[in-house]
Amino acid sequence: MEGAMTEMGERLLRVGWGSAYADDNLDPAEDLACNGDLQVLCFDALAERTLALAQVRKRENPQLGYDLRLDEFSQRFFPYAARGLKLITNMGAANPTQAAVKLAQAGKSYGLKIAAITGDDVLDTILETDPVLDEVNCPLSAMTGKVISANAYIGADGVANALSRGADVVVGGRLADPSLFLGAAMWWFGWSPSDWSRLGQGIVVGHLLECGVHVTGGNYADPPYRKVPGLDHLGMPWAEVFPDGEAVIGKLPDSGGMVTPNTVKAQLVYEIHDPARYLTPDVVADFCQVTVEATENRDQVRVRGGAGTMRPDTLKVLIGVDQGFTAESEVSFAGPGAYDRALLCQEVLQSRYQRFYKTSCEEVRFDLIGVNAIHGRATPTLEQPPYEVRVRMAVHTQQRAVAERVAREVEWQYFGPSGAGGMRSQIRPFLALYSSRIPRDQVPVEVSIWS
Amino acid sequence: MSRVMLREVAFARSGDKGDTSNIGLVPYRPDDLDWLLDQVTVERVHALFGSEVKGPIHRYTLRGISAMNFVLERALSGGVSRSLNLDAHGKSWGNLLLRMEVEAPPGWIPGWVEESGRIE
Repeated sequence: MEGAMTEMGERLLRVGWGSAYADDNLDPAEDLACNGDLQVLCFDALAERTLALAQVRKRENPQLGYDLRLDEFSQRFFPYAARGLKLITNMGAANPTQAAVKLAQAGKSYGLKIAAITGDDVLDTILETDPVLDEVNCPLSAMTGKVISANAYIGADGVANALSRGADVVVGGRLADPSLFLGAAMWWFGWSPSDWSRLGQGIVVGHLLECGVHVTGGNYADPPYRKVPGLDHLGMPWAEVFPDGEAVIGKLPDSGGMVTPNTVKAQLVYEIHDPARYLTPDVVADFCQVTVEATENRDQVRVRGGAGTMRPDTLKVLIGVDQGFTAESEVSFAGPGAYDRALLCQEVLQSRYQRFYKTSCEEVRFDLIGVNAIHGRATPTLEQPPYEVRVRMAVHTQQRAVAERVAREVEWQYFGPSGAGGMRSQIRPFLALYSSRIPRDQVPVEVSIWS
Repeated sequence: MSRVMLREVAFARSGDKGDTSNIGLVPYRPDDLDWLLDQVTVERVHALFGSEVKGPIHRYTLRGISAMNFVLERALSGGVSRSLNLDAHGKSWGNLLLRMEVEAPPGWIPGWVEESGRIE
C-alpha cells in the first residue's frame, strides 16, 4: 500500500485502531479495514484483569490462553492483510506462541507471515525475586493466595523488528497499548529507538488511539452540556501520521461519534499521572506542550507537541494473585417508604453477616444503590427519600462454600421487609492484581516468524 | 462574581491505574484555566472527596491543552481488581469533581453553551 504523501514527497502513515479491550466490538474495525485507506490496523485486547484471566485459561489447557476473538479476528481481517494491511495486536494474551500457530494456520491460504512476540511472561523470575508490591508495600510472598501470572509491559521494539522482517500480522502478549502504534511508526519512518522526542510524540498518538472510541465521542456525552451524534454506532479512530510524528486524528465520515479538540483532550488526560513524565516501556513521554486544533475537515483534529526523555531502566510488571471469590447480591425496594425498608433490610443483612460470615470473609461492603453506593461518604445529603432503592451486599472470601451461601442471603430477604424483589446474585473469582517493576535484562523479548 | 457548579465551566474524564485514580479537568474555554487554577486546588478536592481518598492528591497542569490533571492516591478501595465498590474503576470520580462550586469572574458566561451549540 502506497498511501498518501506530504508536499515534500514523504510518505505518510495511516493507522487505524480496531479494538480497545478484550470484548470490544469488531464491526467498526472492519469498517476501518475496508474504508480507512490504512497501512496498519492495531488491536489492543488487554485490560489489567484480562491477562490474568487468560493465564487461568492457559493453565487449564496449555494450548489456550489467547484472546477469545482470535478466530473472528483472522476470519474478518486476514482478507485485508492479504491485500497489504498490517495487523498488530496483543491478542496473544497469555499465549502468543499458540496464537501465532493458530493464526499461521488461518493465514496459510493467504500466504501471510505471522510474527509472535514473547518474553513478557516473567512469572518464574518474579517468584524467585519476590518483589515489593506497589499497592500494599510488602513483598509478594507475604500475600495470601496463589500467584497465577506476572507479565511485564513490553515496548515497540519487537513490533518494529517483526514488521521489518516482513511480518504481515504481529501478535504479542503484554505489549503496552500505545507501543502497538509506536512500533508501526518506528518501522514505517525508521525512527531511532533513542529519538526520545519523536518517540514521545509517537506515544501521544498511540495514547490517543489506544482506547478506541474514547477519542471519537465515547465516554463523553453529558446532555445538554455535551452532545454526541450517532452514539449508537461510534466509529473507531484513525491517525494520519507525518514523518516527524505530528498527526491528524479522525474517523470515517459515515460512522457515529465525533472527533473534536475536546474529545481529543479528554482522551489525552485519560489514565495519566504526571503529564511531564508518562512512563512507557519505550520513552518517558511529555504531554505538557501537546496542542490540539481543529482542521478544515470535519472530525479531524491535528495533534503535535509531544516530547520525551530517555526510557525507564525498568519495566512495569503486573502480578495476578488468586485470592478466592467475590460474592455479591442485590435486592430492590420501591414505593412509599422504600428507603426505610431498604435500611431495615440492610440492618438484617449486617446482623446476619456479623453472626455467620465475619470470620470467613476478608472484606464486606453494604450499599444502597440509588442513594450513595458509588460516591460513598462524598455523596451529598438526600433532599428527599428516593422512590426506589437497591440493597447490595458484597464480600471477598477464600472459601467457595461461603461465597455461595452469602449469595443466597439476599434471596432470603423475600421474607424480610415488605415488598423485596428483583434478587440477583453472582460469584466471581477474586483475581487481585498488584504492580511492581522489573529490570529490562530480566525480560527476554523475542520475535519468531511463523508461516 | 457568580457562584457556579464546576460542571458549567469544564468537563472531566477519570480513569484508574491500580489503586490510583486520575481526573483530567478540561475547561470548555481555554482562557478559564487561569482562574480555575486559583480555585480548584488540591485542598478543595480533598475536602470534596473526604475520606473516600486515603492517600495524597496531586495536581498537574497541561498548558498545551489548557487542562489540569488530578492524581488521587489510594482512592479506589484497592483498585479495580480488588475493590468491592460498584464503580471499581472510579469512572464516575470525574463527575463527582464537577459538583464543586466555583466563583466565576464578573461577566463570565458558560462555555459549554457554545460547545453544545456546535453539534446539531
